[in-house]
Amino acid sequence: MIKKIRVLVAKPGLDGHDRGAKIVARALRDSGMEVVYTGLHQTAAQIVNTAMQEDVDVVGLSLLSGAHMTLFIDVAKLLKEKQMDDVLIVGGGIIPQEDVPALKKAGIAAVFGPGTPVEDIVSYIKKNVKR
Amino acid sequence: MTELATRVIAGDPRSIARLITLVENDSPEALEEMKQIHPHTGHAQIIGVTGVMGSGKSSLIFQLALAYRILGKKVGIIAIDPTSPFSGGALLGDRIRMTDLAIDSGVFIRSMGTRGMMGGLTSALYDVVEILDAAGMNVILIETVGVGQDEVDIIKIADTTLVVLVPGLGDSVQTIKAGLMEIADIFVVNKADKPGVEQTVAEIESMLDLVSAPDRRTPIVTTSAKEKKGIQELTSKIAEHQKYLKNSNAFETRRRQRYEAELIEIIRKRLMDFIFDEKKLKKTVDCCIDQISKKELDPYSAADQILGKILK
Amino acid sequence: MDEKEAVKQIKEKRSDWEKHVYSKAIKDSPERKSKFKNLSDIEIKNLYTPEDTKAVDYLKDIGFPGEFPFLRSVHPNQYRGKLWTMRQFAGFGSAEETNKRYHYLLSHGETGLSVAFDYPTLYGYDTDHALARGEFGKCGVAISSIVDMELLFHDIPLDMITTSMTINGPAAIIWAMYIANAENQGISKDRIGGTIQNDILKEYIAQKSYIFPPEPSMRLIVDTFEYGFKNVPKWNTISISGYHIREAGSTAVQELAFTLGDGIEYVKAAMQRGLSIDDFAPRLSFFFNAHNDFFEEIAKYRAARRIWAKEMKALGAKKPRSLWMRFHTQTAGCSLTAQQPEINIVRVTMQALAAVFGGTQSLHTNSMDEALALPSEKAVRIALRTQQIIAEESGVTDTVDPLGGSYYVEWLTSKMEDETYKYFDKVERLGGVIPAIEKGFFQREIAESAYRYQKETDANQRIIVGVNRYKLDEQPSIPILKMDEKGEERQIKRLQKLRKDRDDAKVQGYLLHLRKAAEGTDNLMPFILNCVHSYATLGETCDILREVFGEYKEQAIY
Repeated sequence: MIKKIRVLVAKPGLDGHDRGAKIVARALRDSGMEVVYTGLHQTAAQIVNTAMQEDVDVVGLSLLSGAHMTLFIDVAKLLKEKQMDDVLIVGGGIIPQEDVPALKKAGIAAVFGPGTPVEDIVSYIKKNVKR
Repeated sequence: MTELATRVIAGDPRSIARLITLVENDSPEALEEMKQIHPHTGHAQIIGVTGVMGSGKSSLIFQLALAYRILGKKVGIIAIDPTSPFSGGALLGDRIRMTDLAIDSGVFIRSMGTRGMMGGLTSALYDVVEILDAAGMNVILIETVGVGQDEVDIIKIADTTLVVLVPGLGDSVQTIKAGLMEIADIFVVNKADKPGVEQTVAEIESMLDLVSAPDRRTPIVTTSAKEKKGIQELTSKIAEHQKYLKNSNAFETRRRQRYEAELIEIIRKRLMDFIFDEKKLKKTVDCCIDQISKKELDPYSAADQILGKILK
Repeated sequence: MDEKEAVKQIKEKRSDWEKHVYSKAIKDSPERKSKFKNLSDIEIKNLYTPEDTKAVDYLKDIGFPGEFPFLRSVHPNQYRGKLWTMRQFAGFGSAEETNKRYHYLLSHGETGLSVAFDYPTLYGYDTDHALARGEFGKCGVAISSIVDMELLFHDIPLDMITTSMTINGPAAIIWAMYIANAENQGISKDRIGGTIQNDILKEYIAQKSYIFPPEPSMRLIVDTFEYGFKNVPKWNTISISGYHIREAGSTAVQELAFTLGDGIEYVKAAMQRGLSIDDFAPRLSFFFNAHNDFFEEIAKYRAARRIWAKEMKALGAKKPRSLWMRFHTQTAGCSLTAQQPEINIVRVTMQALAAVFGGTQSLHTNSMDEALALPSEKAVRIALRTQQIIAEESGVTDTVDPLGGSYYVEWLTSKMEDETYKYFDKVERLGGVIPAIEKGFFQREIAESAYRYQKETDANQRIIVGVNRYKLDEQPSIPILKMDEKGEERQIKRLQKLRKDRDDAKVQGYLLHLRKAAEGTDNLMPFILNCVHSYATLGETCDILREVFGEYKEQAIY
């Protein structure tokens, strides 16, 4: 039986900065994971529905426009509503330290800010995947 | 009937997704479900979309899906991308062209990696098609990898195979691998707003003059997402092809071929699993391989030995 | 001794020096790296001598400031006459909040304005659009109508200061709002000056704030060129940008090549419409990044000037001003660290200095806290002071192009020029800029460079102070900018009031005219101006164009 970790890398909202999301997607692929990339301008509904159809183990949210408190929490709430509690939620982008506790409370397990080596993200996911 | 199978047949997306994961992972759990849903299959029209990279397959599938939705059909889309032979991972980015369909409850999109399978497909594909069929999809669109080389396997599973080309990609029709040109039930010249369309169509026509089947001339449809042209024509050509298949014996023949290919694939996988299972024959196999490397044994006698143990 | 003979002797002496002096030295003091490569993967030697610049002819290739090929400067007396414009990119929350920040910056010595818009505005959505959820004012100011434009520039004399606006998809409409607002204040079109970024090609490959597909977008841009040189003569109707290409992860060579390539594409598009190159070319401007490799950046700006002058001449431009590559620079956002943010001040200083050595016409220096949030007042003040210290205290502005003649810099300038032309050829063979975009060429090059940079950093082959060396365990403790929470509410109320109070029949009429014109080939600027003057909102105007032109969807390239 082969089990691959499936990850959704998503860009919620209008933020167009995708350099980091693409690098993370590629690094996850290089570590043996199957990565579905949503592209830009995703609503929470699109992200969660995609996560459901693709039966992903992880949802990775990337945001550099400052709208993370609204949009990350929207996604986390919706995943909960759909009873997708076995999905690991992680996030990255331009997120001040002081916002991280609130994000964690809402269900985002880890936030990877600027300067994070990609290996840290890979090993975190491998260690913390819930399924 | 198991709960999962019941929910899949009811069309519950979460269950569909779950079962697909189980079959992709070769999970023994899936076996019972697959047996139970099989009687509920056979209704969906399966359309394979293949063609070289850069031919705009994803956008075309998106347009087709929209058209089918307007006709009130439920659409399943399977988008296949290559799994890296080095890392075993895959970047599945075809959905990016289909985000507008992401929240349409009448559409189910699943991205899959080839996971080592050749032919631009994935060995779980037959199962996934059965799942989407049983779940009530009227049309299932399959987007193959697009390397253009070994793309021909799609005909084993699709009722209608579209081969997508674009004008001026640098390859003239002749240089595209022969097999690819022969498997088309319909040729689609996409991005038809670009220069060189007439030439591409003409090249296909002259090739068809040489190889065409006596009773049906493969149609050529030009499409352009930019100018919003050609999709209606394409859906009607697909419908025509369906009719042609049903009226001739071809439909039954193709279905039979599909089930044959599916059966072969299931047997092949089970055989391979058995042979390479640690608790079963793997030790024997490893031993044989060592002997072959030391030139103490030839591969044919080795196969005799291994198969002898199974077929006894 | 003639020059050729001198170079020959230098070559021989260098060989001796390498054999006898240098090789001894590296025994005691071994090289820190096996190869020294700059950010564009160009190998840098231990020493540069006249041998490396022997092909460079001073009169032909370097020349004098203000004369072809303009390598040393477009203006004869550069900063001895006029310093660069200190133009800090700013914007957040509501128009009134940003207006306050503009007054702050002006009072602290900035000499030009630069507007950052929030994401809904960048994509042509009003603040109350569903897709604007959570995004109001977060990365720039929200502008939904001419009313907001008025508040944004309240008490700012638009005939005495120039304004740069970073807007692309809806650039024509935002520009129209600026023009209309100035007119409402009695300032005619021929007296206002500024820039709109309006560079859609780089949106497709880097910044991604596109709305419409390439063809109609190019039409809109040429409309602005045409309208600009006829009616708003002091306005730069485009800022052909490399900044964002660099931020997306490209190398300096790619930044240079892709930007100038885009520029040539715009010129060709305008000429195809029948515009005379000398009419619009003088008002084309550029925007570059100032990244870490000090000398590479300087060589990049100089090479850009020379290449642009040559290319414009080849396209038939006769006016000297048509050959000028005038540019704005911003220090590299992607080089800032969230770790030990104060040290970003040092990075920005070096980067700003490189831009000045490169001869930038205008400059934005990043604030230390920008890897965490938008700049606080204190942080942006320090960023401004950085420019002022360079200008007043360093002495580098006392002579034109002080690094001209440096063996290293002249060699590197020519090298970057050569590499750029290699890219021009590649793109040519792919069929041109827009076909190359559709084939994903630029996107792939950028993604590859970005991935390589990340791998090198993660492997500690590239050191980033505070991130993979000289780390500090403590969390950064600098104050983060807080925005007025009531701003969004006020903005939405304003929008609702505007829609209620205006003459809606008039608005709908002008929107209909715009639609008809968009379906045809008329220059859209006058139609857009009518819409904004009548209080049509940004979203309403863009929606018309969205319907006629369609919306662009990108492909996935990693």
